[in-house]
Amino acid sequence: MRYSGFRILREALRGHRGWGPAWRDADPQPSYDIVIVGGGGHGLATAHYLAARYGARRVAVLEKGWIGGGNVGRNTTIIRSNYLLDGNEPFYELSMKLWEGLEQDLNYNAMVSQRGVLNLCHSDAQRDAYRLRGNAMRLHGADAELLDADAVRAMYPFLNFDDARFRIRGGLLQRRGGTVRHDAVAWGYARAADSRGVDIIQNCAVTGLRIEGGRIRGLDTTRGPIAAGKVGVAVAGHSGAVMAMAGLRLPIESHVLQAFVTEGLKPVLDGVITYGAGHFYVSQSDKGGLVFGGDIDGYNSYAQRGNLPVVEDVCEGGMALMPMIGRARLLRMWGGIMDMSMDGSPIIDRTPVEGLYFNGGWCYGGFKATPASGLAFAHLLATDTPHETAAAYRLDRFRAGRMIDEKGMGATPNLH
Amino acid sequence: MTVAQPNRLAGGRIDRARTLSFRFDGRRYTGHPGDTLASALVANDVALLGRSFKYHRPRGLISAGSEEPNALVTLAHGGAHTPNTRATMVELVDGLVAAPQNAWPSLRFDTLAVNDLAAPLLTAGFYYKTFMWPRGFWERVYEPAIRRAAGLGRLDTAPDPDSYDRGFLHCDLLVVGAGPAGLMAALTAGRAGARVILADEDTVAGGRLNAETHAIDDAPGADWAAAARAELAALPSVRVMPRTTVFGVFDHGTYGALERAAPDAPSHAPRETFWRIFARACTLCAGATERPIAFPGNDRPGILLAGAARAFVNRWAAAPARRAAVFTNNDDGHRSAADLAAAGIEVVALIDTRADAPDCPFAAETLRGAQVIGTSGRRRLTAITVRAAGGALRRIACGALAVSGGWNPNLHLAAQHRARPAWDDAIAAFVPVPGAVPGQRAAGAAAGVFSTAGALAGGAAAARAALEDLGLSAGAPAPLPRTEDAPVRVTAFWHVTGAPGRAWLDFQNDVTVKDVALAQAEGFRSVEHVKRYTTLGMATDQGRTASTAAIGVMAALSGQGIAETGTTMVRPPYTPVSLGALAGRARGPRFRPVRRTPTHVFAEARGAVFTEAGQWLRAQYYPRPGETHWRESVDREVRAVRGAVGVCDVTTLGKIDVQGADAAAFLDRIYCNRMATLPIGRVRYGLMLREDGIVMDDGTAARLGPDHFIVTTTTANAGAVTRHMEFARQCLWPGMDVQLVSVTDAWAQIAVAGPNARRLLRRIVDPPHDLSNQTFPFMACGAVTVCGGLGGRLFRISFSGELAYELAVPARYGNALMDELLDRGADLGATPYGTEALGVLRIEKGHAAGNELNGRTTAAMLGLGRMVSGEKDSIGAVLSRREGLAGDDRRLAGFVPLDGTSAIPGGAHLLRPGARAEAANVLGWISSAAFSPTLESPIALGFVALAGARMGATLRAVSPVDGRDIPVRAVSPHFVDPDGGRLRG
Amino acid sequence: MIIDHPLLGPRDAREFTYLGDAALIDRPDGLAAGAEDAFYDYLYLRDNPAGLHRELWYHEQGDRSWLVVTRDTRSHEITQVELARDVALALGRGA
Repeated sequence: MRYSGFRILREALRGHRGWGPAWRDADPQPSYDIVIVGGGGHGLATAHYLAARYGARRVAVLEKGWIGGGNVGRNTTIIRSNYLLDGNEPFYELSMKLWEGLEQDLNYNAMVSQRGVLNLCHSDAQRDAYRLRGNAMRLHGADAELLDADAVRAMYPFLNFDDARFRIRGGLLQRRGGTVRHDAVAWGYARAADSRGVDIIQNCAVTGLRIEGGRIRGLDTTRGPIAAGKVGVAVAGHSGAVMAMAGLRLPIESHVLQAFVTEGLKPVLDGVITYGAGHFYVSQSDKGGLVFGGDIDGYNSYAQRGNLPVVEDVCEGGMALMPMIGRARLLRMWGGIMDMSMDGSPIIDRTPVEGLYFNGGWCYGGFKATPASGLAFAHLLATDTPHETAAAYRLDRFRAGRMIDEKGMGATPNLH
Repeated sequence: MTVAQPNRLAGGRIDRARTLSFRFDGRRYTGHPGDTLASALVANDVALLGRSFKYHRPRGLISAGSEEPNALVTLAHGGAHTPNTRATMVELVDGLVAAPQNAWPSLRFDTLAVNDLAAPLLTAGFYYKTFMWPRGFWERVYEPAIRRAAGLGRLDTAPDPDSYDRGFLHCDLLVVGAGPAGLMAALTAGRAGARVILADEDTVAGGRLNAETHAIDDAPGADWAAAARAELAALPSVRVMPRTTVFGVFDHGTYGALERAAPDAPSHAPRETFWRIFARACTLCAGATERPIAFPGNDRPGILLAGAARAFVNRWAAAPARRAAVFTNNDDGHRSAADLAAAGIEVVALIDTRADAPDCPFAAETLRGAQVIGTSGRRRLTAITVRAAGGALRRIACGALAVSGGWNPNLHLAAQHRARPAWDDAIAAFVPVPGAVPGQRAAGAAAGVFSTAGALAGGAAAARAALEDLGLSAGAPAPLPRTEDAPVRVTAFWHVTGAPGRAWLDFQNDVTVKDVALAQAEGFRSVEHVKRYTTLGMATDQGRTASTAAIGVMAALSGQGIAETGTTMVRPPYTPVSLGALAGRARGPRFRPVRRTPTHVFAEARGAVFTEAGQWLRAQYYPRPGETHWRESVDREVRAVRGAVGVCDVTTLGKIDVQGADAAAFLDRIYCNRMATLPIGRVRYGLMLREDGIVMDDGTAARLGPDHFIVTTTTANAGAVTRHMEFARQCLWPGMDVQLVSVTDAWAQIAVAGPNARRLLRRIVDPPHDLSNQTFPFMACGAVTVCGGLGGRLFRISFSGELAYELAVPARYGNALMDELLDRGADLGATPYGTEALGVLRIEKGHAAGNELNGRTTAAMLGLGRMVSGEKDSIGAVLSRREGLAGDDRRLAGFVPLDGTSAIPGGAHLLRPGARAEAANVLGWISSAAFSPTLESPIALGFVALAGARMGATLRAVSPVDGRDIPVRAVSPHFVDPDGGRLRG
Repeated sequence: MIIDHPLLGPRDAREFTYLGDAALIDRPDGLAAGAEDAFYDYLYLRDNPAGLHRELWYHEQGDRSWLVVTRDTRSHEITQVELARDVALALGRGA
């Protein structure tokens, strides 16, 4: 069923009786060519691109709960491609390009909104670091502008320019960055994949991986065994638990990241701002809520909830940067589980088990990567070769000493 | 002129001796102390209070408490505006000004009410299906229109003028909610001597007792509550906190609470205080929230919850209307009818969905098995349409409809740790799961026990159980007061079917039964999917008034039970919390603490410009009269160091005192180069790797004795290096005899650098100490006395490349030492220099600093690869040999502009001449840049691939973000004195 | 969170800095054969359990003790707190 304004009009005239399910609630078949574990943004995008671009048939996505219930549904909706390192920037720029065509590709309005992402800097050294990064972005074909303090003030006059502990000295602006309606990304990919025959199987938890002679044969699930030619795991946050079923330990820890939204407010903040002297980033949703976040709590957790010290730290950053928000009220806070990798960058690679592929380690940058991650993982699953933009995301890079460490924090996952 | 408070009744708990004046929507009204803004508006017969989010439907109050979704107003006071404030939670004060929101040009005539006409198009999720063509129109046309229409209240863009505070509290038992259960719990624990905090969101403890008519021990329930308050106030271990909402529960008994200032608090008092409460146990007595029933037209102003109508009448003596009807599915609705009638309101009908409902003698008629299927009235209710049990329709004129769909326990604090509440058919509600939060017990209505007697008993029992858990004596149980113990009789009823029109579930977000049905039809079956697709439960009440009925509707549509349908995840906060309160005083200049150097006063007196270095404030440069640009000052300071002598406070560099028999062996593990061989009285440069082989930090180690070293770190890494060394000491090599202590703040350390440094120091260091090059050569160190006996330490080390020393004295003498150095060195050209000159000097000398040590740099990249000893086991040595790191051929180099004048931007990328400006052609980058007054040219440090750039090669420093492309020459990074003759001189 | 420090009693977790898996105590010998593989395994690979986790916390705003805290990563319940030095010595680590 194609979505359009005309279709809505027609349905409105007949009481909206004609809408069918956006995707089938499929039951598992005995076997598939490719099974994707994880019905989040990355898993659903992988299925979509497998079917749409690589002609894969007999593909299933297994989701232990309801699709989109993990990190794709609990992030701060920011998209950007403002990376420094060669291993990252082409990949995230590909993602940005895919975002830019997403609505037409999926026939689903995920509300991609390129409102601009501004990273503020507060010292000469930070400005040099942003210049280095902005130049890397430009040299990779992305957009970047280095703003001075006056230009920042012209954009956002309500920021604290007067009595700030750390003065705003400028910022790195990516105008093509912005936000996307996060849930709609999962739904749009699900609907598009379903329309090409992918089975999306909810409430189907994987309980075991069937491996014989070093090769994947299938999976055990709460809805019975499923044979599979290839299995792709895209369960970031819980990668450790799933890959342990294959006997693999990963360069990944699971950490909780909290996010926050205020009550609805009339438009006051057009784009995305990140504070450079504290942990705070913020945008305003189309509904009017200020959506914001900060640092991870910093300890291993699967609890999907955090604690007050980070809540306070984030709000301090917010008040330091935007002293007007004191009277805005926090409406809701939540936590997501992040795959924090050992260099802050993701992994999209084969594993030592033949036919078992891994996609994870997204730290807290997975949402913006969703389209490219799906495409690159689909490419890997379909062709057995890494996608050119994801060639650095190898599982063995730590052994080889080829880390992709944007923040330079080393093998300390909670500092990335 | 209207009649003052036309709907004010007799009685109530308001102070009629005083009359307060206030404004709403531009009109003046009056009320009394004890009123809320909501009750005063009810008393003034104001029914239209706001507009809904999506359809801009006229809306009035539906509740009397913190769950209110409709009556959100913007308060104006003292030049600041507070948007999205629930009228039900605003204490009325004289002069209060409140304005409606989300309506333009006015509340009565809101142009966006046109959305309501388009409602058939604006169904749940409609925006996902359209606005895609033509490409680009979403962001340019549709989204801006949607954003303009969205949002509720408006936020001032001026800084919030009020102050907030934060604090910590500790108690044995935290009692959340001061209704009958909470009061009884607090009394029980308080009488036993336990440390109790009783927190309640209302202005006065008592909860529903203040809004009910039934007696406790033969006196009004409110009187019993007043007596309980008095007793608690007299108990020394009890702290009663009204106006305090416990909004969240976190780990290990940590609760978050927000206390609002009382209206009569002094003006300098914090507007709100955020408390972190550490409770050994908690009794959750947060009461219950009544829920509406979904029926066509159920959102009209004048339709409100029955318990709220009862509260307005009983507590505030304010009648929602003179003629009212009641619509209920449970016996509590009958109680509301009785109280309304007792207050003189004509109850024209009680409509009960239950065929076997009892008769209500207080209503003109009781309609059993009947339903309200429609309403009318433009901006407020004028009549309802009732479908009788037999199907006959009747129209009944009334100005208010009191609705009761049953009560939901306020179980949020029991569910914030992700335990899903359990469905209890007997009361048709979700109840908390015992044990869901360690140390917490629910009691009273929050536990699904709705009678007053049950609440009193439950509160006492929960408190006694908590005391027992804590090993505290609860004493003999006291007899409980006598009071009503009515059973709960309810038959679940969620929404009216078989009648035309929209029936609202989520009032604020305009989510109707049809929207839920549509979501289900489109495959959004999980409660979380329905919530996210329709936005149901995402309004400012977080679903308190909407969710359960919606789950009931979903269960009916899907044919599942309610328990199987389940709830969405409960998240903090229980009610919204100001961001200002969560930040407390950490804002503006107080965002983070300021660390001042020991010579701060000296620098201030000399007019230094300061810069932040982490939390430190350091002198950046010292402008002199006549200098108009910072470069003039910096160039002068650099020349002073190169030509005479400069002094600079370098205290901020980390200093760690390392002592013990194994100190030398320990440092051999910490540094990649050898330290054990360092002679006493000598200093060595040290490079510290992370275990992954990347450079962590650099600094010096000075050996003061066989078992005693002082090591220095960079300013930025002082804390991290201490932590790292403590880790190595305690976790990796606990058997070593070594102790560490950070002495960064204990010693003021002053760099004295320049050809005249020795001459100057001879005037400072006491005579017995020989500073001659022979006795005290480059990299010497030792204890000295200065200025006539003050103990200090002298290190002959140089960051600038000049003949230089660093002199350390106890921190409190730092400022005086600076003064002395300048006084005694005046004829030698002694000049204070700041961090800017320090940076220029080190770039001229080719020393790496923070820009070079960015967490991705190997020792080899710095040209120090040979320092990594292969003969000992030091941290990071093994993994530094991995092929990816060992094979990285980028090296530190110096760069000068070919034209001798163009500045080289820090952060530029290095390319070959003629190469396309694209990433594939990048050979390296510029890490640090400065103007060198010594070379009289811009200079820079950077990293470049060996293969691409031999010394002398011409490259380009390309910086697209500022449109620059500078031809440069690669040179040695040691621009000044590459042979080191000066520093050894 | 509250950490019951073996020497100081219950302390707010905000006084501490977290490092991670207590297996980081068990550093391999850098001079042994095959050290590169051993260090790769030691530094990078983690069990990352959903359940009891032994982990290192540093009392940075306190007495600078490193502690080994046993905590359930699903509920955050802490069941044991030890001085890391004692744990290290018990593992046979010395000088």
